[in-house]
Amino acid sequence: MDIETHARNDWCPGCGNFAILNAVKAVLAELQGEGASLDDVVLVGGIGQHAKMLDYINVNSFYSLHGRPLPPAEGIKLANPKTKVIVFSGDGDAYGEGIEHLIFAAKRNIDITLIVHDNRVYALTTGQVTPTSPQGFKSRSIPSGNLERPINPLELILAAGATHIARGYSANLPLLKRQIKEAILHKGFSLIDVLQVCVTFNNLYDYYSKHVYELKDHDPADREAALKKMREWDYNTEAPIALGTFYKASWPTFDELFLKGKGEKDEPRSAGIKELLKNYI
Amino acid sequence: MSEFSVLIGGQAGYGIDKAGVVLARLFGRLGYRVYIYRDYPSLIRGGHTFSIIRASKVRINAHRNNVDFLLALNQDTVDLHKNKLNKNGVVIFDSAAVKTDGLGLPIGGIVKEEGAAEITRNTCLLGAFAKAAGIGWAALEQVLRQNMPKELEINLKVARRGFEAAAEKKKIEKFDQPPLPILTGNEALSLGLIAAGLQAYVAYPMTPASTILHFMAEQAEEFSLKVLQPESEIGVMLTALGFSYAGTKAAVGTSGGGFCLMTEGVSFAGMAELPIVIIVGQRTGPSTGLPTYTGQTELHFVLNAGQGEFTRFIVAPGDPEEAYYWGAVALNLAWQFQIPAFILTDKTMAEGGFNFDLSSIKVVKEAALPKRAFPGDKEVVVKINSYEHDAKGLTTEDAANTKQMAEKRLLKGKQLAQELEKYETVKIYGDAKAATAILCWGSNKGVCVEAAQKLGLKVIQPLVLSPFPVKQFESAVKDVKKLICVENNATGQLAKLLKLNGFSVDEMALKYDGRPFDLDELEGELKKWI
Repeated sequence: MDIETHARNDWCPGCGNFAILNAVKAVLAELQGEGASLDDVVLVGGIGQHAKMLDYINVNSFYSLHGRPLPPAEGIKLANPKTKVIVFSGDGDAYGEGIEHLIFAAKRNIDITLIVHDNRVYALTTGQVTPTSPQGFKSRSIPSGNLERPINPLELILAAGATHIARGYSANLPLLKRQIKEAILHKGFSLIDVLQVCVTFNNLYDYYSKHVYELKDHDPADREAALKKMREWDYNTEAPIALGTFYKASWPTFDELFLKGKGEKDEPRSAGIKELLKNYI
Repeated sequence: MSEFSVLIGGQAGYGIDKAGVVLARLFGRLGYRVYIYRDYPSLIRGGHTFSIIRASKVRINAHRNNVDFLLALNQDTVDLHKNKLNKNGVVIFDSAAVKTDGLGLPIGGIVKEEGAAEITRNTCLLGAFAKAAGIGWAALEQVLRQNMPKELEINLKVARRGFEAAAEKKKIEKFDQPPLPILTGNEALSLGLIAAGLQAYVAYPMTPASTILHFMAEQAEEFSLKVLQPESEIGVMLTALGFSYAGTKAAVGTSGGGFCLMTEGVSFAGMAELPIVIIVGQRTGPSTGLPTYTGQTELHFVLNAGQGEFTRFIVAPGDPEEAYYWGAVALNLAWQFQIPAFILTDKTMAEGGFNFDLSSIKVVKEAALPKRAFPGDKEVVVKINSYEHDAKGLTTEDAANTKQMAEKRLLKGKQLAQELEKYETVKIYGDAKAATAILCWGSNKGVCVEAAQKLGLKVIQPLVLSPFPVKQFESAVKDVKKLICVENNATGQLAKLLKLNGFSVDEMALKYDGRPFDLDELEGELKKWI
C-alpha cells in the first residue's frame, strides 16, 4: 500500500515538521521491511500543526481533540494490544491542555510512543506562549514578554514514570530516525521531545545549532545521571543542549498487567446473568 | 398487614444500608414485593443515614414516608422520623443510645457481652425486629446466613440475643409467592449492557454512577469486561472513544459534573461517528449540589451537550426492567447508527432497591452492525477525524463536502426515529381512558403509576427523549383533557421539551428539594387538580 495520501501538505516551507514526517515514514518502511505489518500501526494526534502528520501518512489514524491524543491511544492499545500506537502531540497539546493525560500515561507505563513536536509556540493559532516558551518570549498573547518560566518536560516525565525519555532535533534527521525507531520498539511509555523549529513564529535554528550536542558516554539506565543531564538545560537559560536518550528502564507495562488473563468466555452471558441473580434474592 | 414500611436509621458507618438490604430480602422470602429508599449524606462517618423498606403483596417501585416500624440505633433517628410513624406504629431501639417510648433493648450492652464488634448492633436490632413483627427465627437465620459472609457466627449470636430479648408487637402476614431478586437500578442497567455485549466500561467515580463502576469491576472476570478508571472524565470519554474506534463496545458513566467534562468528547463522537454509550445519573444541582440526593435537571443539558449538530439517542428508563432492556437497546442503537447513545437516570433510580423480574423482559439480540473496519484489519486504513473530513477520513474544508457530511449526520436522526417506531417508546399505565393524565419520565414512573391507580388517572411516560417520539406521544395524549407533568426539577424540563415538539401541559407538580416524591405526598399534590 502507498504510504502517501491525497492530502496537500500545507506546512510552511522550512517547517521542522517535515523532518519528523520523513523520519516517521522512513521508520515505518524500515519496520515493514523487517516484517512488521502496517495494518497494526495506529497514529494518534492532537490538534495543532503536528497533527497534520495523520493526513499525510496512509496508515490507521485517530485525529483527536486538542490535548487529547493520549487517552484514545490508551483505549486503542487496551482494546487491541497487538497494535503499535504512535502518538504525535504539540507542546501546547501535551504539556498544556493535555498535561494530566501525559502524566498518567507515563505513570501507567503503557506501551505507546509519544513524539512531541516541541516548537515552543502555538503555531496553528498564529503565535502565543506555550508551556515550554522561555521567560521573556514575546508573543501575540503577551507582547511584553512571557512572565512564566518554562516546564522542563524531560524532568517532569521522568518524575511521572516514563521508561524511555529522549530529546531529538528537527535538523538532525539521522538521529531522529534512530530515536523514533528505538522508542517504537521500547516496551513501555516512551517520549521523544523533538526540538521542532517553527520558522514562522519561533525560528530557533541558529540558537539550537549553536548549542546542541549528542549524548556520549551516558548510561541511560542511571536515573541520577539522566536527571543531571536533563537539568543541564532548563529550556530557559543559555546552556549546552543534549540530544539522545536520557533515560531507559524496563518495567511491567500497564497493558500487560491490565490484560493478563483477559479473554472471551464461551459460555453465553445470559446464563451468567441468570446465575448471578440468584445472589440477589 | 399486607403492606407495611420499615425505617431503619443511624449514623453513617452503622451498617444501616446492609441492614436495610437484609430486611428487604427477608420480606422477599416471606412473599412480599419490596422497594428500598436510601437516604444518606455525602460523608463516610457520622451524619444521619436511613433506609425505608416498603413491602407489599403487589409489585411497587416507590416508597412511602409513613412507616409502621421505626428501627433506631441513635437518637437522631427517633427525633427526625418519629412524625413518620403510623398510628399503632412500633419503635424498636437501642435503649443504651436512645430515649423514647416503644420496644427498647440494651443492644449496646448485648453486643459488649458477646464480645462482638460495635457494628453488629445492626444485626441485633434485626433480631429484635423479627420477633416484634412475628417473623420466625428460622427465616431470619436463613437470610443472615446468606448475607453475612464475614463474622457470620457472631452476627447470628447477637441477632438471636436481640430476638430473644424482644416481644411480638405486630404480626406480618406471609404470602405464597417466590421471591424476586432485589437490585439497584445501576445493577440492572449494567446487566442489560452486559447482556447486549458490552466489552469495556470506563468511568471516574461520581455519585450516583459510581456503583456501576463497582459492579462492572466486580463482574469483570465473569463477563470478560475491560474496566478502567482513568485520570478524569475527559480521560474517560476519550479513552472510551479509543476503545470504540478499535471495535470494542464501550460505555461510560457519570453524573452532571463529570458529564460537563465529557461534552467535548460527545461532540467528537458525533463528528467522527463513533458509537458510545453514556450513562448520566442525575443528582441535585447546580454544581456540586447535593451529591447523594436526586434530581431531574440534566434533560436539556444532555439534549444539547456538545458543540455542533449531530444525532443522539436519549432514553430515560423508569424501573430496573426498563433500565436492563433499554441499556441493551441503547448499546445496539449506538453501534447500529454509529452515534452517542445516552441513558439518563437519577439517584432514585440508580441507588434505589427494586425487585427485578428478568423473565418479564423481552430478549434483546445483538444488532446487526453496518460494515465497518477496525485498525488491525488486513489491508485497510481506518482514519477517524475530529475535523470535518472526506470519506477516507482526511481533513477537508471543502464546502460541498461540509454540507454533505452535515446532512449525513442528521439523516441518522430520521433513520433512528424510523427504527424506534418498532419499539414502545411512550408507555401508558393506569386508566388508559381517563381524561386526566400524569406525564412523567425516569424514576418518577413508579410513584406516578401507583398514584394513578389509586386516583383513577392515566399515566404517560415517554421513554425515549431523543429523537422525540412525536407520533407515539401524539396518540398517547389524543383524548387527554388535562395533562399534569410530574418532575424532580424546578422548571419542568420535560414540559419544555414537549413545547418544542408542539405539545403543552396543563399543570406541573415539581419537587426540587433533592428528595423523590413519596406516594402520599404526590397524591396530595395531584388532588389539587382533580
